[in-house]
Amino acid sequence: MTGRLLIGPILQHPGRSLLCVVAIALGVALGFAVQLINGSAISEFTRAAQTLAGKADVTVRGPRQGFDESIYVDLARRDGVALASPALEVDAKLPGREEPLRVIGLDVFRAGRLQPALFAEGADLLDSLRADTVFLSPAAMGWLGVKPGDTLTVQSGLARHGLHVAGALTGEASLGRVAVMDIGAAQTLFDRIGRVSRVDLRLASGVDVERFVAALDLAPGLTAERPRDAGTATDRMTRAYRVNLDVLALVALFTGGLLVFSTQALSVAQRRAQIALLRVLGCTRGQIAGLLLAEGLLLGIVGAALGLAGGLALARIAMEIVGADLGAGYFRGIAPVLRVSPVAALTFGGLGVVAAVVGSLGPALEAARAAPAAALKSGDDQRAFAALRPPWIGIACLGAGAAASALPPVDDLPVFGYLAIAALLMGTILSLPALTAFALARIPTAQRIPVALAIEQLRARPAQAALSLAAIVAAVGLSVSMAVMVSSFRTSVDAWLEAVLPADLYLRSSSGGDSAFFTESDQARIRDVPGIARIEFLRWQQVLLDPQRPRVTLLARDGVDLDAERRLPLIGPIASTDPSLPRAWLSEQTAAIYGFAPGQRIAVPLNGRLHEFVVAGIWRDYARQNGAVLIDRAIYTALADDRSANDAGMWLTAGTTSADVQSAIEAVTGKDAVEFATPGEIRAVSLSIFDRTFTVTYALEAAAVLIGLVGLSSAIGSQVLARRREFGMLRHVGVLRGQIARMLATEGFIVAAVGLLIGVALGFAMSLVLIHVVNRQSFHWGMQLHVPVAGLALFIAVMLMLSTITAVFAGRQAMAGDAVRAVKEDW
Amino acid sequence: MLSVRHVSKSYPGPRSRDVLHDVNLDLKGGEYVAIMGESGVGKSTLLNLIAGLDAPDTGTIELAGVALAALDDDGRTRLRREKIGFVFQAFHVLPYLDVAHNVELPLALLEVPPKDRARRVDAMLAAVGLDGRGTSLPRELSGGELQRVAIARALIHEPMLVLADEPTGNLDPDNAAQILDLLRTRVKAGGAAAILVTHSDRAAATADRVLRLTAAGFTAEAPK
Repeated sequence: MTGRLLIGPILQHPGRSLLCVVAIALGVALGFAVQLINGSAISEFTRAAQTLAGKADVTVRGPRQGFDESIYVDLARRDGVALASPALEVDAKLPGREEPLRVIGLDVFRAGRLQPALFAEGADLLDSLRADTVFLSPAAMGWLGVKPGDTLTVQSGLARHGLHVAGALTGEASLGRVAVMDIGAAQTLFDRIGRVSRVDLRLASGVDVERFVAALDLAPGLTAERPRDAGTATDRMTRAYRVNLDVLALVALFTGGLLVFSTQALSVAQRRAQIALLRVLGCTRGQIAGLLLAEGLLLGIVGAALGLAGGLALARIAMEIVGADLGAGYFRGIAPVLRVSPVAALTFGGLGVVAAVVGSLGPALEAARAAPAAALKSGDDQRAFAALRPPWIGIACLGAGAAASALPPVDDLPVFGYLAIAALLMGTILSLPALTAFALARIPTAQRIPVALAIEQLRARPAQAALSLAAIVAAVGLSVSMAVMVSSFRTSVDAWLEAVLPADLYLRSSSGGDSAFFTESDQARIRDVPGIARIEFLRWQQVLLDPQRPRVTLLARDGVDLDAERRLPLIGPIASTDPSLPRAWLSEQTAAIYGFAPGQRIAVPLNGRLHEFVVAGIWRDYARQNGAVLIDRAIYTALADDRSANDAGMWLTAGTTSADVQSAIEAVTGKDAVEFATPGEIRAVSLSIFDRTFTVTYALEAAAVLIGLVGLSSAIGSQVLARRREFGMLRHVGVLRGQIARMLATEGFIVAAVGLLIGVALGFAMSLVLIHVVNRQSFHWGMQLHVPVAGLALFIAVMLMLSTITAVFAGRQAMAGDAVRAVKEDW
Repeated sequence: MLSVRHVSKSYPGPRSRDVLHDVNLDLKGGEYVAIMGESGVGKSTLLNLIAGLDAPDTGTIELAGVALAALDDDGRTRLRREKIGFVFQAFHVLPYLDVAHNVELPLALLEVPPKDRARRVDAMLAAVGLDGRGTSLPRELSGGELQRVAIARALIHEPMLVLADEPTGNLDPDNAAQILDLLRTRVKAGGAAAILVTHSDRAAATADRVLRLTAAGFTAEAPK
């Protein structure tokens, strides 16, 4: 019997129940998929890092360009070090391929004891020592399509070198795509004589690793880490991106819970007399509340189960299509296998169930508290909504949201920013009855009967209208906030690209990897190419400002100090600086992460020494999330003793075409050794990557709006159904069918207009928090507010039209039955 | 004023049934008639056919000289709006309109000027004993008061025919007696004819004429 009482109402309105299930499933699926993908990638990344480190207790790392190998000698001689193994890691450019191959140069005699997985089983030791020989991991062999005996071509500088593939590394799939060769050969090949990029240390037994690391007095730019912590660092690097997606999943779950709440509240109000009858027949308050909560639980369980299955499928598809980092570019070179995490399944499945149960809680308690005698009487359903009227909690939530948006990040995460968004969303939802009543009271009274009846009907029942609106307000608010944020971001990125791409043509030694570069003589030859009026070279490398944080990009550009105001997208005035110190131009992220302001001094590690600069200004940068420091290349060359360059921007003479210059440069550098791009091409590619990155967001927005719209349709439909007797009576007293349709259209239009008005206002407020708090605190970049007015106007018009059609359609269905018989039903 | 000729009605379907068979009825202006009969014999169906809410399978119905069959749905609705007033067993007042607006509804549908509407509503509320209750909401009224509102709404536009389907079915005997008295008084005061469908002998006793509907048609009875 209990089962029938439980299932009956759910099956009575299968569409409504299905909607709740889908909404819950969507939130669970998204959260679970993000967790699965990231968890699998981090796990794979950690395994790869641990395999590379082998039995090492500590790894000392330097910049990608490497550090002096004398440091390796010092480390090897330290007390407590049983074995030290140097390595040179280079992301080598492979002609014709966009992605580089990581080549690891090792000292076979030392690494053989520390990292046996990096050697081929049964390989000739002499092969490992040959200068032109390389061993590939199985993943690299598969990716490159080569086999032992083949030749692999890599680019160093602008020159190509063929390497003999001597064999495959032992079957460690977790290694990812790597090649291993002798360290001496690698140093020579990649022009890094006397430099290493990593030293792995095996400590003597009994040496405390933590103490050893703490006692290391490393040169500037070097860090020491335990290999097992590699995953933690990566986890931290991807955290902001992941947390943002997780929050999006939680918002989806919240919307699902809200939909359950509004559906249950309307359903319970309509079943008020039936529930009162159960009380009259002897059901206790607890049994009534339990029954209604069990309905929510059932919806939650079904939604969570579907969500977990959907999340698994979504994760598989996303990893196939956009990769393990969902297009964010964190996990190049590894191919993770999806690992199902029971903890993630329990967490997100549990959250789905909790959202549904919490959504049912309010209506269940209200129904249980209702006095049966009063509930049996017609018109008592208004009492069910009385508790929704007072707006104070909502206003308090809105106030708390505004206050939270002013608070600083917690552990680099915009915790209060997210709380502000949650509070704004919650506050608006809780204030909906009052806001709806306020808005409806301001609609002028109409003379025409259908419109007048529609307005009076809505005014008398603002709480029901508010309940119908809850899901659509949340969905519209979410969509508008994301639309405004993405539009502001895109517009800002576009303006930024315009500012940072002033040249006519750009030249790059390699878009991926660090083995290709222009030597001083290459630069001179390119400079002499006819048709180039002016050329500016750029050198970049990674430098470590704080061992606890990821490395920042050091950009050294020709002539930057001469014309910074015109050439940099500065976001503040240029500081008057001490002329005795060289000037550094910090990206917005660097200034925010490290707390630098114009006029302050910053120490930058270059060539093993710290060099002091003065911060001359802050510029906007959307390309390097971990921060960038820009200095004049002449100063860099002097301090770092590095005359090579990676990129160049060229201004062409009048009448010269890009194609002419490209051909002339290729004649100097060799075909396919360098890459060319016009500002237009870079802009198009950048914006297409931008749009691809936000594809997930667009899809979620569309899903949220669809669910909100179906939710509104379902709510209007259920209310119209409950009013069949009213329509029957109206038909008796002479109201035309067309007039009832117009009345419902008016109701649908007004409800949707109020919902859209509130949703858009909420979305705009949330977008301000997203732009000025969440984005700033997560990614440390600012953007100019840009409201996509035309897009939003179209969105609102379409939503209004769909809502009106929905209401009329729902009315038609309600009127399809016999209006005459409807008046026979007891009110 | 009302002429029902050889009307038959059946409801098709898996359990199809003949409800009315060759029914005839004539009603003069100002006549107050009660129709009694067993449940399911077709009393309410007949009211719906007369009101143009349903169409007979055979036969004709004329109201004020207009054949309902000649009108489309909107035409029948307009005729109903103008010529007929309804009183239901379950009151059926709009819960979101106050008493005055509920009563005013037929006048608004007939596009009577607002000033006239207000005057007529005040007068009608006074006539049905709801003076000063115009701004009350339906949920604040008792069952008897709700039926007074329904009677006021049925008569406010001075229809020529009032159809009352078990108007006292939801009321206690005292309230029922008052409502029946009020209904007859107001119908007669407005010069309208009325058909009162009821199971109650007491209700039927208020009519000028009592008809008993059976499967074979009407038989006349004297009011008791």
